[in-house]
Order: sequence, then structure tokens, then C-alpha cells
Amino acid sequence: MNIRPILSTLRKHRIPTALIVLEIALACAVLCNAIFMIGQRLEAIHQPNAIDEAGLSIVTVRGLNPKNAADDLPRNLAALRHLPGVKAVAAINVVPLSNDGWNTGFTTQSGVREFSDDSYVNVAEYLVTADADKALGLKLLRGRFFHSEEYAAGTLGKSFMPTGHAIVITQSFARRMWPDQDALGKVLYMGDKYSYTVVGVVADVLRPDRNGGGLASFSYSVFLPMAPVEAALNKYLVRSAPQDRARVLREAVSTLEKISPEAVVNGKTFSDIRNAYFADTRSMAWMLVLVCVVMVAVTAFGIVGLSSFWVGQRRRQIGIRRAVGATRADILHYFQTENFLISSFGVVLGMLLAYGANLYLMQHYEMARMPWTFFPVGAVTLWLIGQLSVLGPALRASHVPPVVATRSV
Amino acid sequence: MLAYYFQLAIHSLKRNKVLTALMVLAIAVGIGASMTTLTVLHVLSGNPIPEKSARLYRVQIDPRGSFGFRPGMEPPNQVSWIDGMNLLHAARADRQALMTGGLVAVQPAQSMLDAFFAPARYTSAGFFPMFDVPFRYGHPWNAADDQASARVVVLSHALNEKLFGGRNSVGRMLDVGGHALRVVGVLGDWRPNPLFYDLTRNSYNATEGIYVPLSTSQVLGFAHDGSTDCWGNGGGSKRMDPAAPCAWLQFWVQLDTPASAAAYRRFLVHYSQQQKALGRFQRPPNVRLRNVMQWLDYNQVVPANVRLQTWLAFGFLFVCLVNTVGLMLAKFMRRQGELSVRRAMGASRRTLFAQLLVESGVVGLAGGAGGLVIALLGLWLVRHRPAAYASLAHLDGAMLMITFLLAICASLLAGVLPAWRACSITPASMLKSQ
Repeated sequence: MNIRPILSTLRKHRIPTALIVLEIALACAVLCNAIFMIGQRLEAIHQPNAIDEAGLSIVTVRGLNPKNAADDLPRNLAALRHLPGVKAVAAINVVPLSNDGWNTGFTTQSGVREFSDDSYVNVAEYLVTADADKALGLKLLRGRFFHSEEYAAGTLGKSFMPTGHAIVITQSFARRMWPDQDALGKVLYMGDKYSYTVVGVVADVLRPDRNGGGLASFSYSVFLPMAPVEAALNKYLVRSAPQDRARVLREAVSTLEKISPEAVVNGKTFSDIRNAYFADTRSMAWMLVLVCVVMVAVTAFGIVGLSSFWVGQRRRQIGIRRAVGATRADILHYFQTENFLISSFGVVLGMLLAYGANLYLMQHYEMARMPWTFFPVGAVTLWLIGQLSVLGPALRASHVPPVVATRSV
Repeated sequence: MLAYYFQLAIHSLKRNKVLTALMVLAIAVGIGASMTTLTVLHVLSGNPIPEKSARLYRVQIDPRGSFGFRPGMEPPNQVSWIDGMNLLHAARADRQALMTGGLVAVQPAQSMLDAFFAPARYTSAGFFPMFDVPFRYGHPWNAADDQASARVVVLSHALNEKLFGGRNSVGRMLDVGGHALRVVGVLGDWRPNPLFYDLTRNSYNATEGIYVPLSTSQVLGFAHDGSTDCWGNGGGSKRMDPAAPCAWLQFWVQLDTPASAAAYRRFLVHYSQQQKALGRFQRPPNVRLRNVMQWLDYNQVVPANVRLQTWLAFGFLFVCLVNTVGLMLAKFMRRQGELSVRRAMGASRRTLFAQLLVESGVVGLAGGAGGLVIALLGLWLVRHRPAAYASLAHLDGAMLMITFLLAICASLLAGVLPAWRACSITPASMLKSQ
């Protein structure tokens, strides 16, 4: 089809053309960015978390006298272990995705005394008692989990860091610290007092919270062995078969309440913890989806409205073309090509806008750079929307009878 | 005259119902979305203490070691125990209070209630008069109680409801963290949003149930809850040791005149120099004195998600507007024949322009009403979101006015170009072509 006459027609209708171009461009910019944001949120929600979440429950006990921790912990662990249906039990200081963080920093060099942005890598510190690997369902990739003497050697004293020298780290953290080397046997330092040798690497376990870091550092976690003597280990990981979970959790809470009536005991399944953590992210993603859908609808209606107007305005012109030999298909194609041209202008402008908006968002909100694949996908989407919305008016135009040309009004 | 234009507009809008409905819907959806997000933004960026916010200042000084120093760095948000106590006892401001957050176990006297944890505020006595905290029963403790680490407690309205059924509980004893404390006061319904004086915990809808003298909380070893920022060889100890190089307290002052604020700033610089001379501080004096709104702004207390949504919604409103411009253009241009006849019969261009604008104004009014319904629906949705601020999202009178104003302005703006185009056609050529 010859596009010259179409272009010259558009030049005659500058304002409506500019309006549709602008509308498509804006829709393109908002759509690209919104879809990218939805993608980022889905990525956060679906970050791999290599613990067996289905059968895991967490019981938190607060309000016990910290001085009695060395008695309370072994007793509570034993009581939970004897509940029917319980497969493994361990105590831990904080739980993944619980929004209650316990973070520290590590470096690969000894003797770096002060924390600063570049010398230390911030990680989530999980302090665990024996059997935590089974209770959490960790996936060991290299090396081993802790020996019983390593558990026995771990206490906190007055510090945030345990005594003992063995550590198990996640794969992402291992890659961050030693990109090209095997992490096993390497040493991590914290100040000049603490050093830990990597004895095992596990598949990525998420942190309790992002702690201000990006998605990449969301799985920088370490596990340190502890004897069941510290009040800080006030959460119990209880593993059962998924179908027993509700009953086991109920019994675990009532058992611990019975043992220490003065304590505040609180039980949650891990699924609840995960849902609570991502609730806001998920609802934001849904809101963005809603924005996209309404935006597409509004744009489509705008195109339908203006195309209908054009068709109405050009009835005589169409009639004359039909009378001098144009087929229905010619008329249909004319409007489709016209819309394609307008959409193309809009898409080109929209790409620039989308890129600009992305740059702005990167500066002011924690946004990543949009991958280039979004641009062709956005372009095709808007072309399709344009073609679909113009189809109705164009078909109506193609049905204008040639006899219209001979009528005066 | 205007009434007649109004009638004409309604008549004309009725002629093409689908197009009118599309325009109204576009404006309604755009306005609804932007008003929803704008209301949330308005509520969240509100002033928590409007009558005093300009006179209350958050104090920041920089006690950190020289390692990692860069010129222009912001001092820590909080102060250490030693500095806090020094500044508190210097008492150079009109009012001042040193405070921090905590978590305490409460053992109700009644047996039907289980023990529970309540968020607490450990503060010096200046807190209550400085923040104009209303009291329902009793009164705050005083500086002498601070000195004596008195075993006293002030309860929030909500906690008094829970523990004592809302009755006057002044004089009753309460088991807090295993210690018996005497209730001296019960607050009225006081819920500053955001919780400006301590933003390290939940900023919105945060409720503190229990207020205990700071000195008492330290003597009794109550647990600190909130952020702690340590430097040097700090951070090694689990308990908040008063001597530890850690900032974990908030220090607020009330300075009634700009002159006293300037004087207080000089005092802080002087204090920093003095501490540096003593060897406690190592960096050059670096002090900040931010009032409430500056403090909220500095901490970017409005969630990034909310600001992002507002941008998105206004982008969306813009698309809706462009869309409406297009539709109005279609509508007005279709009536060129009619307009030309009226021009030929003597109507001035201005009259026609005014009539067309009234028509777009009517569309805006209808769009505003529709937008209001959508905004109410949107806010209802927001209230059911899991965010902490969710329950605050309500439309107030001002926002209601803004909704209609925005809708009418938007539609008038959208009507200007089409109306101008429709009026600028010469009637003769149009009439001839018919």
C-alpha cells in the first residue's frame, strides 16, 4: 500500500494525530515501566529459598528469665521433640522472612577493625542448635553441617558473635566472597576477635529482611552452631509432615505454655510468615496490574473514539474512492495502515519516554535498569492494541456504499 | 445565561450517549486513581503535631571515631547515653526530653488475661509537656521522679481500656517486666501519625502502651527495642551499656524562637568542641537541628511505594486527559455544521467558545462525581491492604473539594483546544460544503 497519501492526510489532521500519538506514547511509557515493576516484585516473591517450607512451624517464646536459658532451652527442645508427628526440632535466633533481623558483617582479610561500606559484606546471622539442618530442611551443596563438638563450643557471652570457629554459608554469599574459588576451608573475619572457617555451603536461604540491600544480597546468610544455652535462641523450629502441621503447631504452643506459664508463647507456620512478609509486595503488584489493564482499556477506547470520528468525517471521501474503484479491502487496509503509522510514531516517542521514566525512577526509587527486551515487547503490544481498536471503525468504513458519493449530505 | 448554556450542554451531551459516557468514564477513572493515591500521600505526609512542629527540634551530633570520616557526612540519627544525659542535664532548651523505645512484658492482675508484650517508651519527664500529650486521668511524672528512678508508669488510653476496662487506674499497681510499678497517669486518645519522635520502628499506626521514666527502665534492666548504631569497638555487648559507643536514644528539644534555635545550635557546636578537646569525639563538630517536618522529610518517612503510586496515578490521569481531549475534539468537530449555522445567525465566537467550555465543564462535573465513587472504592481497597498505614486512608473535606476542582479543571483544560478548533472554522466554507 502506498503510504504517501496517508501521510499527507495525517498532515492535514495534525491535532487529532498528535493526540493519538501522545496517548500511545504515554501508554507505552507507563506500561513498560509498570510491567517491569511487576516483574521485579514477582522476582522478589519467587526468590529461591532452599528450606523445606511446607512442614515447618515456628514457635516463639518470650518473657522467660534469660538467666535460666541453659535450663529452659534443653527442656523445651526435649518436650517438643517428644510430641507425636514431630520430625525434627531446633532452636534459632531469627527466622527467614520474619522481618526481625540479626545482621553482621564479614571480610576475607584479618585485622580490618572498623566497619565501612566496602571492606565488610553484610549478612544475616542465623544461630542454630543441633538438628537445625533437618528442622529447616537445608540443602547441603558442599562440605558438611556441624559436628556435635562444634555445637557444644558455641556460646555468646556478652557478644553478638558466638565463640567457636565453624560456619556454614549460602551459595550466593560464597560466590560474593570468593567468586572463582572453592569456599570450603576459607576463613571469614569479623573484627580482630572473631574468625570462622567455612565447613559447608548450602543452597540459598533468604534473610529475615532485605536490610536495605538489593535483591542480590537477599540470600547472603550464614549459619553458626550454638549450644542450647542462650536466651537469644528464643524461636523453635518444628518440622512435621505437612498434613500434621496445624495439629503439631497447636500442641507445641500448648506444651510450651504449660511448661512456662509466665512466658508469652506464639506459634506460626512458615507459610504465614512468608505470606505476611510479601503481602505488601503482592498487593502492590496487583495494583500495578490493575493500572496496566485500565490504561490499555482507556487507550483502546481513545483510539476507537477518534477513528470513529474520522470514519464519520470521511464518509463522502470513502464513497468517492469506492465509486472510482477501490475495493472494501482497500478501504480497510487504508485505515489499518494509517493506524499502524500513528502507532509507530507513538511507540517511538513512547520508548524515549519509557527510557526517561526508567532513568528517573532509578535515581529516586530503588529501581533497576529496564532490560532492552521490554522495548520490542512494548512496541508489539501497542501495535496490536492499535490494530484491534481500529478494526471496528475500519470495518464500518469499508461498508460505506459507493452511492454516498452522489448524495449531497 | 449560564443556566441556558447548561441546558444546551446537557441537551448536546444527551445526543451522543456513548461518546459522553466514554468521556465521563475516562475522567472518572483518571480522577479516581489520582485522588486515591493523593489522599494516601496527603494522610501520610501530614503534620503529626501541627501547632508545635516548627518549634520542636531533633538533635543530632557526631560522636563517632575518625575512621571512615568524609566531609559532609550526616551525623547519626540518635545519640548515645552519655551525650544524651549531658545534653539533658545542660537543660539549655525551653524544654527537652531524652527517650528510647522498648518492649516490656505486662502481667495483668486479672486472671482472665494472659501475659503479653507491650511496646513501651522510656523517657525523661519533659516528653509530656513538650509534645502536649493529653491526660485522661492523673498526670505525668516529674523531674524528681526521673532523679529517683521512681517505680511509676503512665498508660496509653488503649492499654488502660484493655487492663482496667477504661476506669481511672491512677494509684493502681501494675506488674511490668516482673516489677510492680504504680500507675500515675492515663493518656487521652493520643496517636501522632507518623510517630515522628522515633521513626526506627513502625512509623505509622505505631502504638505505645506504656511510658516509664528512662532512669527507671535502666535500673530495672528493661529491654531496648529499636535501632542501635555503634562505632569504634562498640557493638560487642548485648545489653545497652551506658558507656558503650552506641547511639540508641532520641533527644528532642523545644526552642520557641529562631534566636533560641540559633543559640542552641551554637551550644551544640561548643559541646562537640569540648568533647573533642576531652578526647571523646574525634571528628570536627557536626551538628544538625531539624524541626519535625524537616525530620520527617530527611527520613523519607512516606513509603517509596506510595510516592511511586502517586506518580503512576498522575501519569494515568494525563493519559485519560489526552484521551478526553481526543474524544471532545471528535464531538465538537462533528457539530461544526450546527456551530456554523449559529455563527451565521449572529452568535459571536466567544459565545460559542463559552458554550463549548460549559459543555466540557459538565463532563468534568459528572467525571468528578464518578471519580469520587472510584476514589472511595480505591480507598476502601487501600484500607484492606496489609500495610501499616492502611487504616489511615480516609477522604477528608479538603480532599473532597480538591477532587471536584481537579476534575473540572482537567475537563476544562481538555475542552479548551477542541472548543477553540471548533470555533475557528469560518462558517461560510462549512455552510457551502453542505
